[in-house]
Amino acid sequence: MLHLDRLSVSLPDTGPIFAPVSLVVQPGQVATVMGPSGVGKSTLLDAIGGHLAPGCRVHGDVRLGERSLLSLPAERRRIGLLFQDALLFPHLSVGDNLAFGLPARVKGRAARRTAVEVALAQAGLAGFHDRDPATLSGGQKVRAALMRTLLAEPRAVLLDEPFARLDAGLRADIRAFTFDHARQMGIPVLLVTHDAEDAQAAAGPVVELLAAEQFPSGFRR
Amino acid sequence: MGAPVYKVRQSAARIGIVGMLTLPIWAGLVQTLAAAFGWIPEMGMKTVTIQAIWLLLEAPGFWPALRLTVVTAVVATLVSLLLAFALFARLGGHRPWFVTPLLATPHAALGLGLAFLIAPAGWLMRAFGQLLGWTSPPAIVTVGDPFGLALMLGLVVKEVPFLLLMMLAVRLPLPVGQQMAAGRSLGHSAASVWIKVIFPQIYLLIRLPLFIVLAFSLSVVDLALILGPGVPPPLAVLLMRWFLGPDPAMIAPASMGAVLLMVLAAGLVMLWIMGERLLAHLGRGWLRRGGRGRSLHALIAGFAAVARLALVLGIAALGVLALWSVSLRWPFPHLLPDFSVMAWQAADWADPFVTTLALGLASTAAALVLAILVLEAEDAGLLPRGRWLTAVILIPVLVPQIALLPGIYRLALPFGMTGGFGATVWAHVIFVFPYVFLALADPWRRLDPRMIHVAAALGAGRARRLWRLKLPLLLGPLAAGAALGLAVSAGQYLSTLFLGAGRVQTLATEAVALASGADRRAAAAHGVVLALLPLAAYTVAIWLPRHVFRHRRDMLTDAAP
Repeated sequence: MLHLDRLSVSLPDTGPIFAPVSLVVQPGQVATVMGPSGVGKSTLLDAIGGHLAPGCRVHGDVRLGERSLLSLPAERRRIGLLFQDALLFPHLSVGDNLAFGLPARVKGRAARRTAVEVALAQAGLAGFHDRDPATLSGGQKVRAALMRTLLAEPRAVLLDEPFARLDAGLRADIRAFTFDHARQMGIPVLLVTHDAEDAQAAAGPVVELLAAEQFPSGFRR
Repeated sequence: MGAPVYKVRQSAARIGIVGMLTLPIWAGLVQTLAAAFGWIPEMGMKTVTIQAIWLLLEAPGFWPALRLTVVTAVVATLVSLLLAFALFARLGGHRPWFVTPLLATPHAALGLGLAFLIAPAGWLMRAFGQLLGWTSPPAIVTVGDPFGLALMLGLVVKEVPFLLLMMLAVRLPLPVGQQMAAGRSLGHSAASVWIKVIFPQIYLLIRLPLFIVLAFSLSVVDLALILGPGVPPPLAVLLMRWFLGPDPAMIAPASMGAVLLMVLAAGLVMLWIMGERLLAHLGRGWLRRGGRGRSLHALIAGFAAVARLALVLGIAALGVLALWSVSLRWPFPHLLPDFSVMAWQAADWADPFVTTLALGLASTAAALVLAILVLEAEDAGLLPRGRWLTAVILIPVLVPQIALLPGIYRLALPFGMTGGFGATVWAHVIFVFPYVFLALADPWRRLDPRMIHVAAALGAGRARRLWRLKLPLLLGPLAAGAALGLAVSAGQYLSTLFLGAGRVQTLATEAVALASGADRRAAAAHGVVLALLPLAAYTVAIWLPRHVFRHRRDMLTDAAP
């Protein structure tokens, strides 16, 4: 269970940039955060994942189960991250991109290779192990990036408008593929979008992110 | 983690890193300043006095040296700027092939080649001689002329490619195409748009490199020793002679001269900025009169032609340098010598080559590690991002070397550090680091932070993100920075001379020493190796990332250094 408890963020020289958000995402559920662009949706995800720039401050709490995550660095939170540009590492092959996130306890070259090949096959990318990520289509890139995220065995996944770049036909497919896999993993998923269709397909709780100045200070405290 | 703790850590790291980077600079400056005012304890001089000012002003050759220095530096900088801009306007964003070799070639090697090209018995006069039927070289002085014309030519040939590259680098974010279209649709000639609209924008962006050129021209020593006049020499050369000469009484006036050179650099930059304002004012008046500048085309075309001529001279100089190194007999006015590899067998170029390469590798490696540490500290939030860091790091490039090195030398003296390889590496790092850092900093800061976040989300800690992600992604800039570092190190003359205490012999120090001697072939051989070393480094730096990432299309976009 991913629990956002009156969460907000201050940049180095500002007060809280959005109104405090409270939200509980159950395992297997896809919750949606909506809001106009520039309100700080990506900053919210950065706060949850531990990617805020130095000097930013987090208000409230982020918990996985009962444990607060705020004191952990990003690499120890185990919260997967997926962006609209799939952001495959351009210097690695598709297979090595997946292997990057594979936990170190999967030992032995053959076992690791098998784990990657299985994940590629699941994503309809069988035989793509040695391909240059630059040669993949938009949909293939998103699927590869999702598999990379899931192979790392995250305890929650954050999606930052991952379907925004895809054209309408492909979009529904990839969205279903993504949500299905996340639900199978039985982990909480938080989606940020400004597309109502995405929120509908996610079929989980929806919260609206509001700019801080629309609220009197001390709201909901 | 609360904000105060974060701030404290940031300030501590900031002070620590800046201190580490600039300590030798401040210490060297303080030493020079102290010596200028008579405080030289190791020579038993422990009184503060301004006597050195009078010694300096009355020293033989001081005033002509000062005049020569100011004139050559200002004229060379101004001409380089005009030529580089005219060429830039004519090239339309395209980068000609000769920029890299001319940039990579150390001043000493290019200077030697130019000397061989324009000397009375040089290749140019031979060409005239062939046409006009001369049998002996003309009795004129072309190298080391009293006006410093040859020196200015050398500076221009070296600085035009540098400024051109800077202009090409800052051009990208400017909507040159649209502005050109807008200007021409208003009836302006292309040349008029270049001069009135684009040049002022470009100029503001290349001001810092331009001031580096000005400061460098003011204090250049190696090129001045090869191409400049000897009696009187430019001020920096005169000061070097006093510092290294047999008379210890000259240390104080020499230090005062070094202080004066710094003041001069600062003063000229201020004068330059005032000139800028005046020109901008006059320019606005010109612009408001609304002329469409149909005759300006010839102006740009003319300057661009001169720029091309200067660069052709530079490339030809390298060719003539190579020819001299394989010559046996070369009577006037033959265009080609009797070929022989004798010089290569006779001259001892191998030892200086190994020394130069070792110094270059060691100082470049140290500078790269230092640059990566600083940029990682920045990523970790220990250093605030900003221009102040660039400004601090640029100090060694902006301050005349002759003002820093004697002080650094005297700082190292009590530790027994001078005269060895280690001390020379240290001195090189001081001057190599700024270039390596600047080459690396922009691409590093442009890395997509989300890419790094994805790696962290996949469980990669700071070290793994550095080794598996940042450094491989930056292979191109790292290779380019390394090549630049090697070139800067190979070109170091004064720092090798001072911290090596004359005992560390590199290709640059040997080439300069041999330039004034009788054995042109030996000088040429050293010059050729000196020119080839950075060129080879650049070639590897261009090839390596393209080869490593030949199957990774997105890694091939901006690999060129």
